[in-house]
Amino acid sequence: MTMELDVFVGNTTIMDEEVYQLWLDGYTVNDAVKVRMDGGVMEECEASADVLLSDTMDQYRTFQMCERLLHSPSKLGNQLLFQIPPHRQAMLIERYYTFDDAFVREVLGKKLSKGTKKDLDDIGAKTGVTLKSCRRQFDNFKRVFKVVEELKGPLVENIRHHFLLSDKLARDYAAIVFFANNRFETGKRKLQYLTFQDFAFCAGQLISNWTVGAVGEPADHQRSFRFYMDVDLDKEFLQELKELKVLITDKDLLDQHKSLVCTALRGKTKAFNEMETNFKNLSRGLVNIAAKLTNTKDVRDFFIDLVEKFIEPCRSDRWTAADIRLYLTHYNNSAHILDTFKHQVVWDRYMGVVKSCIFKMYHD
Amino acid sequence: MPGKLKAKIVAGRHLPVMDRASDLTDAFVEVKFGNTTFKTDVCHKSLNPQWNSEWFKFEVDDEDLQDEPLQVTVLDHDTYSANDAIGKVYIDIDPLLCSEAASVISGWFPIYDTIHGIRGEINVLVKVELFNDLNRFRQSSCGVKFFCTTSIPRCYRAVMVHGFVEELVVNEDPEYQWIDRIRTPRASNEARQRLISLMSGELQRKIGLKVLEMGGNAVVGYLQCFDLEGESGLVVRAIGTACTLDKLSSGSAPNTNTHMSPLAHGCRSTHNSPVHSACSSQRLSQNFSVSVPTLIFTGMGSGGSVGKEAGPLKTLLRQQTQTALEQRVQRLNEFPFFTLTSFPPGFLVHVGGVVSARSVKLLDRIHNPDEPETRDAWWEEIRQEIKSHAKALGCHAVVGYSESTSICEEVCILSASGTAAILNPRYMREGSNCLFEEPSPPSCGFCHIPYDELNMPFPAQLTYCYLCRRQKVPDVLFTTIDLPPEAAVTGKGCLIQARLCRLKKKAQGEVNATAISNLLPFMEYELHTQLMNKLKLRSMNSLFGLHIQISVGENMLLGLASATGVYLTALPAPGGIQIAGKTPGELSNEHHILTIQKRINDTIAKNKELYQINPPELTEEVVGSPIPEPRQRSRLFRSHSESSDEVSELDLSHGKKDAFVLEIDDTDAVEDIHSLLTDAPTPTGFYSCNTEIMPGINNWTSGVQMFTSVRVFRLSNANLTNQGLNKIFTDLCENLLKSFYFKLRSMIPCCLCQLNFTVAVPEEELIQVTVTAVAMTFDKDQTQEKTADKPPTKGLSGGSETEEQLQFPLELCADSSSANCQPTSKISGSLKQLPPDLLPSASVDYGSFADRCSTWLELLRLKAHTMRRGSVKTSRRTHARIHSHTPPCISVTVVKMTPLSFLPGTRIIKYLGIINMFFIRETTSLREEGGVSGFLHTFIAEVFSMVRAHVAALGGNAVVSYSMKECMLMENPNKNQAQCLINVSGDAVICVRETDQEPTPSTTNIGHTSASATDEAT
Repeated sequence: MTMELDVFVGNTTIMDEEVYQLWLDGYTVNDAVKVRMDGGVMEECEASADVLLSDTMDQYRTFQMCERLLHSPSKLGNQLLFQIPPHRQAMLIERYYTFDDAFVREVLGKKLSKGTKKDLDDIGAKTGVTLKSCRRQFDNFKRVFKVVEELKGPLVENIRHHFLLSDKLARDYAAIVFFANNRFETGKRKLQYLTFQDFAFCAGQLISNWTVGAVGEPADHQRSFRFYMDVDLDKEFLQELKELKVLITDKDLLDQHKSLVCTALRGKTKAFNEMETNFKNLSRGLVNIAAKLTNTKDVRDFFIDLVEKFIEPCRSDRWTAADIRLYLTHYNNSAHILDTFKHQVVWDRYMGVVKSCIFKMYHD
Repeated sequence: MPGKLKAKIVAGRHLPVMDRASDLTDAFVEVKFGNTTFKTDVCHKSLNPQWNSEWFKFEVDDEDLQDEPLQVTVLDHDTYSANDAIGKVYIDIDPLLCSEAASVISGWFPIYDTIHGIRGEINVLVKVELFNDLNRFRQSSCGVKFFCTTSIPRCYRAVMVHGFVEELVVNEDPEYQWIDRIRTPRASNEARQRLISLMSGELQRKIGLKVLEMGGNAVVGYLQCFDLEGESGLVVRAIGTACTLDKLSSGSAPNTNTHMSPLAHGCRSTHNSPVHSACSSQRLSQNFSVSVPTLIFTGMGSGGSVGKEAGPLKTLLRQQTQTALEQRVQRLNEFPFFTLTSFPPGFLVHVGGVVSARSVKLLDRIHNPDEPETRDAWWEEIRQEIKSHAKALGCHAVVGYSESTSICEEVCILSASGTAAILNPRYMREGSNCLFEEPSPPSCGFCHIPYDELNMPFPAQLTYCYLCRRQKVPDVLFTTIDLPPEAAVTGKGCLIQARLCRLKKKAQGEVNATAISNLLPFMEYELHTQLMNKLKLRSMNSLFGLHIQISVGENMLLGLASATGVYLTALPAPGGIQIAGKTPGELSNEHHILTIQKRINDTIAKNKELYQINPPELTEEVVGSPIPEPRQRSRLFRSHSESSDEVSELDLSHGKKDAFVLEIDDTDAVEDIHSLLTDAPTPTGFYSCNTEIMPGINNWTSGVQMFTSVRVFRLSNANLTNQGLNKIFTDLCENLLKSFYFKLRSMIPCCLCQLNFTVAVPEEELIQVTVTAVAMTFDKDQTQEKTADKPPTKGLSGGSETEEQLQFPLELCADSSSANCQPTSKISGSLKQLPPDLLPSASVDYGSFADRCSTWLELLRLKAHTMRRGSVKTSRRTHARIHSHTPPCISVTVVKMTPLSFLPGTRIIKYLGIINMFFIRETTSLREEGGVSGFLHTFIAEVFSMVRAHVAALGGNAVVSYSMKECMLMENPNKNQAQCLINVSGDAVICVRETDQEPTPSTTNIGHTSASATDEAT
């Protein structure tokens, strides 16, 4: 004796947020029922396990039917199949696109390809996220990437507009897309201590300062539309960065810069001696990173370079975050006083980002 | 050529990919009406094509306009091979034929394919220009309004109720034609859908003609059904109540008084417990008339002869060339039946009791579809039966009348039931629209017995009415109608169900029919016994909305009786239930009986508390009270095999009142009592009923959730007993209810209204239960009835400010004293381009006009083509306030659906026409679609969405009196196939928020309340 068929359809689609979350998290129906039973929902309404099972099945079916629409969220708004109040639609979309930080940290900067998809079970095992959920998250990244990759205009706006996400989530996706597109290396052991949010912040900085979109639409409309986008770094700017080399190649300039910084720092921090000693090394490190960014390979290593060339030396000298802040502020500002140094604009554009990235990446 | 139909294809969206190579589609559209077809251009390589076609014009007879649907087919153009069909939309243009309904159909329709389901949407515009036709011999009946609602629709007044109209048309079922062997399933499904659409159109037209003939202008309580008789054909039949309706002018609107009573006036009645029923089987000379609770078999003439007599009689009637008036009288005399379940005040005088008749027939091929005499004769015979039952109850009319069938292979059970009643004759005479003085108080008058006390049709205990003490009332009252709103009720009501399974041997032909008709009276009797017991157990004394369904399968019969139990203050309090053992000697037995007795008493006490039944203590000392000592004792027989001669004469009365006696004489009886007690009580915060309104609850809030649930249970145990089956069936129903309570827990406090259960035996070993109902929230704390008419003259403050908020065009329907509701002034809101995120059906509160004309803001339609810019062109002041949420993206009108005739918190300002849709869905990839549950889930959701789309296109925002009349599922999991047929109907309406009532929650979404409630619950 079995229930051959069991459906419940409301004119207004009934969705339980708790069940939705379980579905998103990749629980099977039976596991979800167990979780719900443990949650005590049964006592609430004198329900039995059968009732709970039937309800969970109904909801899972509904979510599966909705999933197709969630792939292009703008459709959810004008589809006719489900009558879902707008605020529920927003919830459905937002939750569907929400990801686990642990998971995204693993795939950040990787190519969103079939190859990576094959490794998802390993990632799942490592992060404790179910394979089903990993797949959803991965496919979301891929889908967003595919849609905005070729679009003009600001990346965050594009994502928010096409996927109807909240500002925060759209920014996170922009970071993911940006990292995937530029293939930044984030998996090295030295970078393991960094969280997704650290990277997302840096990505935000890079997007809003180092891309073509960052400086506004160029007046020259002859250029290919690809240049208006902020998924890619501004090639011209990267070229210009080479000019900064003068700061380390010109001996006078280097010494002058050092003395200016040291004058400003003297007596303001306990780490002054280390700063003075390491000035040339650190400055070489930062300028070399800038000069090499024309190579795609070096772009990928941008974060590892920052860690190796700057953060690690500082950390071994036990600089505090305040020290870093102090040092970099003066390091940046002093360059303006160097009268033979002509590349102030490029310098600021470079250092502005590097500074905030390092602040974010320097964990005490 | 009395009509011109114009259609324009605007655009499509979300089309499926038809060309794998390009991932795009080259779509074009064929628009077909009758035999004329137009095509749009091909819109190359787009999933969101913009055709923006010219107006396609069809010049047609209005007869065709009524019969035919407009058929819109979307195709994918293919240069080399045949064009592929994407899907179709059938648009019923009937609502456009009535000046008071919709004037244009315009909107997005889901493109439907019987194999693939919904595949994108198409935007279509349809208009009709009707020319006057003065031909009195015309075959069309344009202009007659149809309503599914079984009461006088709000915003109308019944000038006259003419009476019963019925019609049926038959045809061959395309599924069984020879051609079906060579055509694709899609072609076959479409042929069937189209045929049924045509037949319903024809049926409606023919009924309309009858109404015109009777001098009416509307059909209320229109009930249309399909009988898929398989090989022998397809029958579409309909019944309804012909009326002359007057559009209410807004000033007098009695429909504005309260948001809680579905009908602000009108009594519906009910009557006595006993049910009169009959079963007959054609070609078998057994005819039964059953009167419960004492079983009387009355042998009557053979069924066959009755049919033969009735047939020609009717034909004769039709041919008679009488004046309309004479004919009407004749017709009324013929069948004084009314499909209404609630009535204008003063209409219903007394109620006699439930009358029902069943007849078992063997189907044979319908030879001549144009002369469906056999089917007509069958129904004629049943109606005669009903009529005579009503007469036996001293009544001249039957109200709350309905007909149904159950078919299994070649056997068909025809059933009809209703409530015998005495109606005010004045209502049926022309011009008598004034109210007359009630001879008896409205709160109890309908309970008074209509029959002769000395010549009672069944044994009933009569007492003087507990309210007026002037006339006699029965001890129990069963009816098929709604509780009259003015009836005096104690406590709350509740859903009461009796469920029964009976095994029968598999057989063929007449043997089978005989077996079934032999079982029927027993089933009927058992169901009533169960109902009576459960009623007593809840300490109630009357049933409303009684609906008994008997469904036939190959090896079993299923019976399901649903009703809403109520304690009518006018009727005596029910006695308790006494348990009696047959063998009083045995001690253990005695003990057992005591235990059960205690449980029963406890349950009764608990129920009294639950339903708040605290009738005022009987003041028998009231001077001159003529209440005689009630000497009421009824017996309950445990099984049908016992007959009335085994009467226990034990005096087991406890207290003052006599009690029902349950005899425990065998294990069956024990189990029956157990099952009686196992009905789970509704959880706290929930109430349930199968009527329009829940007795005892009237402060509805705006949360509404209509739902459909289907369960199919497979009996795998080959040798089941009746008892085992009963238990399974009972559990199935109980679990369904439990499931609803759980799913809707976020709406607490809430009431499930119009719980409509349908049972079927789709195959051997399968039991299917389909339920449609609506959950409505109510305000627990506000116990006092909010009856005060709040005239719409209280404007909202801050008019100017709110005016500025008017961001989109409103169509103002100023319905002043003139009886028409066409929008007389149009206001376009100022202003800015509509933000895409604005909720389409934002609710609008409106103010009032100095001239005391209420104005209604019609539903705002967020459709680009209806948008007009400009300033407000009216001299009156309008205050509009818009509530809107901030959705991310929305362009779909919210359409509420309810099986009730009203939506709480709103007022219906316009009826746009009847929705009557029939869909077939088939799949050959059942597993891939999530099994049979996934398949049906999708299909039901698709049906809802198509109903909503059609309503929205008519300019409506709600469907009232919605019902799913058919949900027939056939599956073959081994072949990975399934097919399902669904028929739904309802009235499309425009409703606006009730003024001055909690302006905060927006009407915009039904879902809002339920959804947010879900949030809380999680």
